[in-house]
Amino acid sequence: MFPIVEAKPLAAAVKQFKIAAPEIAKKRKPGQFIVLRINEEGERIPLTMADADPEAGTITLIFQELGKSTEQLGKLKAGDMISDLIGPLGVPTHIEKFGTVVCVGGGIGIAPVYPIAKAMREAGNTVLSIIGARTKNLLILEEEMAKVSHSLKVSTDDGSYGYHGFVSDILQNVIDEGTTINLVVAIGPVPMMRVICNVTRNQKIKTVVSLNPIMVDATGMCGACRVTVGGRTRFVCVDGPEFDGHEVNFVELVKRQRAYLDQEKLSLETFRHQGGACLGGKS
Amino acid sequence: MTETTEKKKRTQIPRQKMPEQDPKVRAKNFDEVPFGYTPELAKLEASRCLQCKKPTCIEGCPVSIDIPAFLDLILQGDFLGAARKLKEMNSLPAVCGRVCPQEDQCEKVCILGKKGEPVAIGRLERFAADYEMAHGEFIMPPKAPPTGKNVAVVGAGPAGLTLAGDLIKKGHQVTIFEALHKTGGVLVYGIPEFRLPKAIVQAEVDYLEKTGVEVRTNMVIGKIYTVDELMANGYNAVFLGTGAGLPTFMNIPGENFNGVYSANEYLTRSNLMKAYLFPRYDTPIAKGKKVAVLGGGNVAMDSARTALRLGADDVYIVYRRSKKELPARIEEVHHAEEEGVQFHFLTLPVEILGNEDGWVCGMKCQRMELGEPDESGRRRPIPVPGSEFTLEVDMVVVAIGTGANPLVPSTTPDLQTNKWGYIVADPETGTTSKKGVYAGGDIVTGSATVILAMGAGRKAAEAIHKYLTE
Ligand SMILES: Cc1cc2nc3c(=O)[nH]c(=O)nc-3n(C[C@H](O)[C@H](O)[C@H](O)COP(=O)(O)OP(=O)(O)OC[C@H]3O[C@@H](n4cnc5c(N)ncnc54)[C@H](O)[C@@H]3O)c2cc1C
Ligand SMILES: Cc1cc2nc3c(=O)[nH]c(=O)nc-3n(C[C@H](O)[C@H](O)[C@H](O)COP(=O)(O)OP(=O)(O)OC[C@H]3O[C@@H](n4cnc5c(N)ncnc54)[C@H](O)[C@@H]3O)c2cc1C
Ligand code: SF4
Ligand code: FES
Repeated sequence: MFPIVEAKPLAAAVKQFKIAAPEIAKKRKPGQFIVLRINEEGERIPLTMADADPEAGTITLIFQELGKSTEQLGKLKAGDMISDLIGPLGVPTHIEKFGTVVCVGGGIGIAPVYPIAKAMREAGNTVLSIIGARTKNLLILEEEMAKVSHSLKVSTDDGSYGYHGFVSDILQNVIDEGTTINLVVAIGPVPMMRVICNVTRNQKIKTVVSLNPIMVDATGMCGACRVTVGGRTRFVCVDGPEFDGHEVNFVELVKRQRAYLDQEKLSLETFRHQGGACLGGKS
Repeated sequence: MTETTEKKKRTQIPRQKMPEQDPKVRAKNFDEVPFGYTPELAKLEASRCLQCKKPTCIEGCPVSIDIPAFLDLILQGDFLGAARKLKEMNSLPAVCGRVCPQEDQCEKVCILGKKGEPVAIGRLERFAADYEMAHGEFIMPPKAPPTGKNVAVVGAGPAGLTLAGDLIKKGHQVTIFEALHKTGGVLVYGIPEFRLPKAIVQAEVDYLEKTGVEVRTNMVIGKIYTVDELMANGYNAVFLGTGAGLPTFMNIPGENFNGVYSANEYLTRSNLMKAYLFPRYDTPIAKGKKVAVLGGGNVAMDSARTALRLGADDVYIVYRRSKKELPARIEEVHHAEEEGVQFHFLTLPVEILGNEDGWVCGMKCQRMELGEPDESGRRRPIPVPGSEFTLEVDMVVVAIGTGANPLVPSTTPDLQTNKWGYIVADPETGTTSKKGVYAGGDIVTGSATVILAMGAGRKAAEAIHKYLTE
């Protein structure tokens, strides 16, 4: 059992949890994730570690309440227990001194970008960060990102805060201004990562994306997480989650992510019907 | 009665059938298929044994169970004694009684089988083990004084569990590290409930824990700790029993469409994650109406029968050779047939077709004919030109075998592997190229059987004990 040490809301339907997991906290590197199972009936859900404190023995998770499992998770409070926590999983981000690194985070994707930006800075890179969200109250980690970046630009799709438009527009502007970019790291919704890759492809700027297909075991045993990269099938849980964005078959990824849409809806409805949503006092 | 007439009488008793669920009913539920023998049936079946002076059955058993002795105890009505006799050589009799390929082992060489039908040794093994589970009390096995040595076991499959049970009795401190949240390996994530109830596996693990084995689930070795780190953390020896859990695909176009599963994923969702109880359990599974299962082994049969139980109307086993070459146990093929699984023999899938949303909507196949035997001794399938056709399916399960998961070897540089990625280990001792590190089970041999994995665990336990005490 893994106790939740701290639970707090970050934005609309976005929560940040600190969980006591001393062994994982010691090992975790940027780019890595955990798999958790809330209880006996729960599914195995992968979440990136946004941070870790080896001394306190905690890891930080930031998640968006999307469906049943994340909504149920979001209802837990400090002091509650999580049945299973497995990690650290995945290949850590390749960190070295590249020169200028642009870190792009969209929506909940800002959470996994944050530890990477931090590590890139510590490795001596110039870190230019671009973060965005659909609307102002969905934007997370602005202060934290500002602290670890040499410059931070913010966008919202609806113009409620920062630049009115997409993170990819800002990236295009940065490129157009003639900035030399050695690496782009982009994490967010698949359509966002795809557009970013289209922007950098012409410029031949190496672009790393972090993929989030549906997973089951996350140890390379089942093959649920397969994606096509450079024409080859790869398993995101053990070969990734990061890949060369210019090689990823995003169309296939989107389709595979939607595989259980109907069942996920049923699951969420059943959960809410049984009082799940009422407990949390949501409208 | 003279001994010979007595013997003759015995040979006239027919082999006793095990009562089982009606195929039509069971094809719709996940309950265990056979009910098991009643005490009366068990005694009657046990009475068929000739108590041979040179019992060939023992030689046929990979762990040399004293078969005539346990059969005789059943005949005497001492069912607990029979179970204990079994446990002298086999720590998981309730499992082996259900899933061992007895027809290729003890029963194959049983003297009675020469003329008629062999003694149903497997069914009696199951009976005695189940009886003990229902009626026996926990008896602490005799334990040697503590040696002060620590052993780390990676993987809680049959190999690791057997090894742990042996080493704890020899006085060593044993910790099992298991990647998944449940112990049992393939027994819990692969073999379906209707063939091996999970409660039975859990009972065996509970027993191990009572004897003092520490079990740590949710620990992916190679990630949380490497083998070297385990040794640096005070483990004097490490046993790798990580199994052959890497899914293989056909490498044909269309394999990443939705609705194409590896057998590992399909069975894991259904067994370990209990997707058949969705939405009470949170893990979903696609419920195909027309399901093709590619392959012909036990894994394929398990997948096909699971698909039926999840509500498929038509389930096809698509196998590139003929019925004669099917690698699955006869009993399982028979069960599958009874339940309505349809077989497409001499058929090779060449492409999986998908619709706009990325879901499977068909499978292009080619007919095959059998040529000369290949290296495996089986007749090689050859495509028949111009015989392509499309099978209408909405789900495909790929069950063509597994490979070696590279997680541990890739983080243990001085561990020698062969060209397929399996760990190189001495078959008699489990010794690997790395000092203090032993390996056994599917990760050494490739996909094999429960009893062979247990045998490897037992041999490695001997070797580790020697290594730690000499
Ligand atoms: C490596 C990795 C890291 C991730 N990190 C984060 C993170 O830091 N923060 C965060 O909010 N989310 C993260 N996710 C996504 C998160 O796992 C899913 O949002 C979550 O599983 C949804 O579960 P649900 O039951 O609430 O929603 P559902 O209603 O089940 O699903 C909503 C959508 O989430 C996706 N999804 C569903 N099940 C899974 C699954 N088992 N694995 C992956 N995706 C799934 C699908 O696209 C689905 O359409 C990550 C995913 C991966 C693979
Ligand atoms: C569907 C199916 C049906 C089968 N039917 C039969 C049958 O009827 N009869 C029969 O005799 N055999 C059958 N087999 C084969 C049999 O199950 C295997 O031969 C046997 O389980 C192998 O045992 P093992 O201990 O070597 O490995 P496994 O049972 O594979 O166990 C390995 C364990 O190690 C864990 N692990 C892997 N990597 C790590 C890591 N890095 N860190 C920590 N833990 C790790 C895994 O999660 C797993 O729990 C079947 C197999 C399958 C897949
Ligand atoms: S070979 Fe058959 S008949 Fe002879 S002892 Fe063994 S089980 Fe009994
Ligand atoms: S999630 Fe099973 S192989 Fe990646």
